[in-house]
Amino acid sequence: MTMLSSPEKLECARKDIVSRIDPTKPCISVCAGAGCLASGAAEVIAAFKTELEFHGLTTEVNTKGTGCPGFCERGPIVMIYPEEICYLRVKPEDVAEIVSHTIKEKKLVDRLLYVDPATGEKATRESDIPFYKNQQRNILSENLRIDSKSIDDYLAIGGYSALSKALFQMSPEEVMGEVKKSNLRGRGGGGFPAWRKWEESRNAPDPIKYVIVNADEGDPGAFMDRALIEGNPHSILEGLIIGAYAVGAHEGFIYVRQEYPLAVININLAIRQAGERGLLGKNILGSGFDFTVKVHMGAGAFVCGESSALMTALEGRAGEPRPKYIHTAVKGVWDHPSVLNNVETWANVTQIISKGADWFTQFGTKGSTGTKIFSLVGKITNTGLVEVPMGVTLRDIIEKVGGGIPGGKQFKAVQTGGPSGGCIPEAQLDLPVDFDELTKAGSMMGSGGMIVMDEDTCMVDIARYFLDFLKDESCGKCTPCREGIRQMLKVLTNITTGKGKEGDVELLEELAESTGAALCALGKSAPNPVLSTIRYFREEYEAHIRQKKCPALSCKELIAFHIDPDKCKACGTCFRQCPAEAIDGGKKRIHVIDQEKCTKCGTCFDVCPPRFGAVRKISGEPVPAPIPEEQRAMA
Amino acid sequence: MDIAKIDQIIENHNGEESSLIQILLDIQSEYHWLPKEALARVGERLQVPMSRIQQIASFYKAFSLVPKGRHEVHVCVGTACHVRGAQRVLDTVQDITGIGPGETDAELKFSVETVNCLGCCALGPVMEVDGKHHGNIAPSQIASVLNNCE
Amino acid sequence: MSEIHLQIDGKEVVASEGMTILDAAKTVGIAIPTLCHHEKLEPYGGCRICTVEVEVRGWPKLVAGCIYPVEKDLVVRTRSEKVDKIRKVLLEEMLAHAPDAEELQALAKEYGADRDRFEKEPSFCIHCGLCVRYCAEIKKKHAVGFVDRGSNREISFIPEIASKECWDCKECFPLCPTSALQAAYVLAESLIPQPDAEVSSCSCSCSCSGKSGTGE
Repeated sequence: MTMLSSPEKLECARKDIVSRIDPTKPCISVCAGAGCLASGAAEVIAAFKTELEFHGLTTEVNTKGTGCPGFCERGPIVMIYPEEICYLRVKPEDVAEIVSHTIKEKKLVDRLLYVDPATGEKATRESDIPFYKNQQRNILSENLRIDSKSIDDYLAIGGYSALSKALFQMSPEEVMGEVKKSNLRGRGGGGFPAWRKWEESRNAPDPIKYVIVNADEGDPGAFMDRALIEGNPHSILEGLIIGAYAVGAHEGFIYVRQEYPLAVININLAIRQAGERGLLGKNILGSGFDFTVKVHMGAGAFVCGESSALMTALEGRAGEPRPKYIHTAVKGVWDHPSVLNNVETWANVTQIISKGADWFTQFGTKGSTGTKIFSLVGKITNTGLVEVPMGVTLRDIIEKVGGGIPGGKQFKAVQTGGPSGGCIPEAQLDLPVDFDELTKAGSMMGSGGMIVMDEDTCMVDIARYFLDFLKDESCGKCTPCREGIRQMLKVLTNITTGKGKEGDVELLEELAESTGAALCALGKSAPNPVLSTIRYFREEYEAHIRQKKCPALSCKELIAFHIDPDKCKACGTCFRQCPAEAIDGGKKRIHVIDQEKCTKCGTCFDVCPPRFGAVRKISGEPVPAPIPEEQRAMA
Repeated sequence: MDIAKIDQIIENHNGEESSLIQILLDIQSEYHWLPKEALARVGERLQVPMSRIQQIASFYKAFSLVPKGRHEVHVCVGTACHVRGAQRVLDTVQDITGIGPGETDAELKFSVETVNCLGCCALGPVMEVDGKHHGNIAPSQIASVLNNCE
Repeated sequence: MSEIHLQIDGKEVVASEGMTILDAAKTVGIAIPTLCHHEKLEPYGGCRICTVEVEVRGWPKLVAGCIYPVEKDLVVRTRSEKVDKIRKVLLEEMLAHAPDAEELQALAKEYGADRDRFEKEPSFCIHCGLCVRYCAEIKKKHAVGFVDRGSNREISFIPEIASKECWDCKECFPLCPTSALQAAYVLAESLIPQPDAEVSSCSCSCSCSGKSGTGE
């Protein structure tokens, strides 16, 4: 392992790596991100290795496990280079055909290509798929180009050149100036300008300073940071070292949640590799700048995503937030100035230094520059990671990139900002994605979770869901958060179970106001999911309270299942599959649900053949009396 | 309980007090719970009061103060999974194992937990059994997954 | 120490650096209610009953008077419709746990809080943390601590330490604004191994009695 003790040596090493790459040599890249691994990517990679060996092609064809390209819905994703053929939902059984057809005979395996659901047209290359075509993938695109476990791959695409540039061609003030000019705002939630924290820290007299990566991605439904840290850990590390140089810190931490085991492995590996090459540690690249970094695993606490709680956890304590009347940038970990930015923010720093602030600001809006990665999930056709310039509308993301709502259902709302955010209705879909615009609409950018909901999602239940989440995730230190959440959850549970009363909505609003006195941002923002659903979906609350009706037909206690005697064909499917044995059926006898026995699991509704469509969900009205025995016999 | 093993874990973290959470995570991953003797040893070696260890061990979700079953079943109840029917998955797991979230059965076969997000949101609902993810899982497939556990 | 001029409830106040709003208000005879505050202990900011409104550069915000440091030209309102409303709700939430606590009842009268507004969950503890902090900061014994989090958070004695330290001390008892502490201690006492008695054989680390431990 050669130590890269000068910028020249770094460039030499890079040239050497690039010269050994033959661009015409076939390469099979399989996404080895968590999503694809869950869909069986490891088995696919293994199958490729065996198959290539069988054909004696191991030396002629490379195989690579890459980071997440974002299209998780269609995983495992396989890319064949140099043609850039993109195969979706590849199974180990498909591998033999891919090797014999595509690798050996240069022919396509048609059935594994993307098919446009609207036109029926097939797309061969990734860039032809609408999901990708409508994105601006400044950061995510690198994930695909490298083996996430290889520093050589990262060096080959220009890795650590931004660090070299910062250390040798820029003063710390110039680095700071470039970040300030880029107007990079924190990607983790609040959207606080990154340079302000940096400057505050730099100007603090304390000589011991820290820089920290917040990879405690706790928002349920968000996995951007996971994909970045798993897929391209060196880019995060490089951004962090650059930040440390600008701020004057010599020690850093990466706080990553233990629920992301692959991220923990890959970042630790990256740190080791960077250390071995002289890109971390003493005298980095011969510049005289020293910096070391430690990985701290989060042990499972959402509140630790809050900066002061995260810092308390780094000190080895229970992650309770601290009052931030003095900023953590001045008094953070062990009371030393500490700059905390999230994963995506650090990844952006690398690009800003490498390509310049002017390049960065050509994307996005004036107030919100650059691109933002969202995890587009829920009731949406194309789920996965999406990177778009700030300022595009929610409608474009949902319709153009996401491909709309599946199953012919109606869009109802999109939830952004996680448990601190809110739900945005159809009428607001032309809102540009921008830190300030989303806040005005009663939600927030948050870290980038975007959960799409359709007509089957009950908005009162969503509010209840988030409060239930927060009830366990609040640290419990201050009264407004701990008790306010407890009481709001009780009211919401009552409403969704048919025990709502007049005045409940007003009570929720009053409780929400009192959480404004909470100690940290998590507590203060806890009522947002409640307030935003009241603001846009008040009629759903009222239907639950007054008519004991769940308009989305989702709240178990407020719905009933009924078999329409005119439609039932006595096929017996629901009768056989009902786990509660609540259906009375029989050959040529119209089936009837015993409402006493029914557990409302919905199995009958799911399994009734669509051509009959005999099972109905009912809410807010009495269940029709069962058809009299003598009329049940069918002709 | 092997005290030498605990000492080794503490050594791996240079016996630093600030590494308390990291040390407890290592013990948890070794034993699948935090035995009392281990906690006492950690307190003694790091010079940390038991009240702080107890608070940490009960504050963070990764830790368990009681022994866990041989198979750990995690049902993701993140928002994406929630809107795609995670509750039905959880109900089914509960029916099959007879235990609810946070519980371990009497034979120490299964422990069931809910988790707030496994980060595989595109595949929801997701269930994880002994570290293996099962994406887009339908309630009807759960029995066969769990029956494969010995 | 430098002087800081600020305004509290319309009064001009001269405070010194490092003072909190609570300290500064006291110097001009303005009382801000507190529950978790104690002069001998580090500021905590947990109960939030001392919430006041401040204006910083024209922006109003809610802060905890017991920890917020005085700033030049700060405008503080210790009573306002908003502050009173919040204190009322906070009291009602705490009264659901400790309906008979005298301190809470007196404040409830002041702020018109309804003791029975929320369903009773008599856990008694209002999480002021006075016992935990006093034992740790003043006595340095750490015999009582917090366990769990969120709405499950509670205080709990560590039987092994409590058995050695608490009997002759009990200085935390009068600090408790409710009867939670005594109850927790009585519970812990039943678990405390008597001197010379056989040590519990349970190897589990929950606070079970040691007879039916799951760790066997």
